[in-house]
Amino acid sequence: MSLYLAPSRRWTTFGIFAFLFLIASQAYGFTTLPDRDMGHLQKILYVHVPAAWMTFLSFLVVFIYSARYLISKRETDDLLAAAAAEVGATFNGLTLVLGMLWGRPAWGAWWVWDPRLTSTLILFLIFVGYLALRAFVDDPQRRAQWSAAVGIFGAINVPIVYMSVRWWRTLHQIQSSPSTMDPAYVVGLRLNAFAFLFVMIYFIRKRYELARIARATEFAADQVALGGA
Amino acid sequence: MSWADDRRRIRAIAWKDITTERRSKAGFNSVVAFAVTSLVLFGFALGPEARALREAAAGTLWIALLFAGVLAFNRSFHVELEGGALDPLLIYPGRRWTIFAGKLLANLAFVGTILAIVVLVSLTLYQVPVPKAWPSVLLVLVLGTVGLVTLGTFYAAMATRTRAREVLLPLLLFPMLVPVLLAAVSASKALLTGDVMHESGAWIRFLLGYDVVFLTATLLVFEKIIEA
Repeated sequence: MSLYLAPSRRWTTFGIFAFLFLIASQAYGFTTLPDRDMGHLQKILYVHVPAAWMTFLSFLVVFIYSARYLISKRETDDLLAAAAAEVGATFNGLTLVLGMLWGRPAWGAWWVWDPRLTSTLILFLIFVGYLALRAFVDDPQRRAQWSAAVGIFGAINVPIVYMSVRWWRTLHQIQSSPSTMDPAYVVGLRLNAFAFLFVMIYFIRKRYELARIARATEFAADQVALGGA
Repeated sequence: MSWADDRRRIRAIAWKDITTERRSKAGFNSVVAFAVTSLVLFGFALGPEARALREAAAGTLWIALLFAGVLAFNRSFHVELEGGALDPLLIYPGRRWTIFAGKLLANLAFVGTILAIVVLVSLTLYQVPVPKAWPSVLLVLVLGTVGLVTLGTFYAAMATRTRAREVLLPLLLFPMLVPVLLAAVSASKALLTGDVMHESGAWIRFLLGYDVVFLTATLLVFEKIIEA
């Protein structure tokens, strides 16, 4: 099976669509009325919440494709898991930064040790570890097997981390929770959720294409070095 | 391959590791020295006031153990890699998970001994009175150590064979160990202060669950990560 995957025009079109959708969703966000209590600050949630969703979704993709790799041993599964991990880490970082931007004026602090915040940060660190491991292992098969294990364990750990942090907080003091969303804002949130989803899919696909091209190049270079084709 | 064969293999590997460590002692002594030094430094950071030290004791104990553990886990595969002994070990007939189980037992003995020393030093330096519920504290220590050593041994099997093992192992391991750290510290803290909120039981069950989940997962997956 050839690793090379030619970039397709259909995906480029999809990418253009995704970004146009994203711009349109932001435009819609600006037209809605400011919140009674929080004013325009409220609108950070339009992008913060979808970013968090996409983080979890891409980690789910990492988990599924890592498990699939361990069963199938197909390198393409590993490359897709890696692409999803990179995109997931980006969305994860975005979630944290957007949350802090909101938290500073709304809660009066850049950071509070809330269970959700804390476990999102831990998740980010797990992703960073995953990507660091990939960077430091040269042998493709090793890299694939090891990062699959790290990806699966990380995913298993997500609910455990969340539970532990929640207990840790609630057993000592009352948990602070972000305000729930008013129905009037649901449309803005939904639009953004889809926009983020499209952008995420496009990013993962692009990263995956790039990874396959890079691997195919490595493979070809090896062949030449060995005196083959 | 029968269960008796597997058990013999596990015992042989564990015994080999423990013997190597017992004969050289260099690794063990330096790791213990490191753990004690960090406890002393935590003491400086937290100030000489007895109450503050006592309250922080559970946390510093586990952080010191975590740091010392990373050094121990790195060693556990590094000795073999340096001697070029890992590949022959893999070529021996038999199931691969037994290698992991053997290393796990050896590391448990290693880290368990460090833990005993760290606990004694903590009790002395931080002036912690031995609590009435000491059997429960002991249980927390054992369960926490099992969690730490299980993932530590597993991640060391990968991280020690990369280019950046010193930094990679803690980077991979510490986020995964957050639940162990929280549970062990919270339970120890509760037990040291008389467990007025009756929260230690829940934390102990949590630790037990964590240990079972990751022991099973590591034993299942080890075969896949060691073959390359």
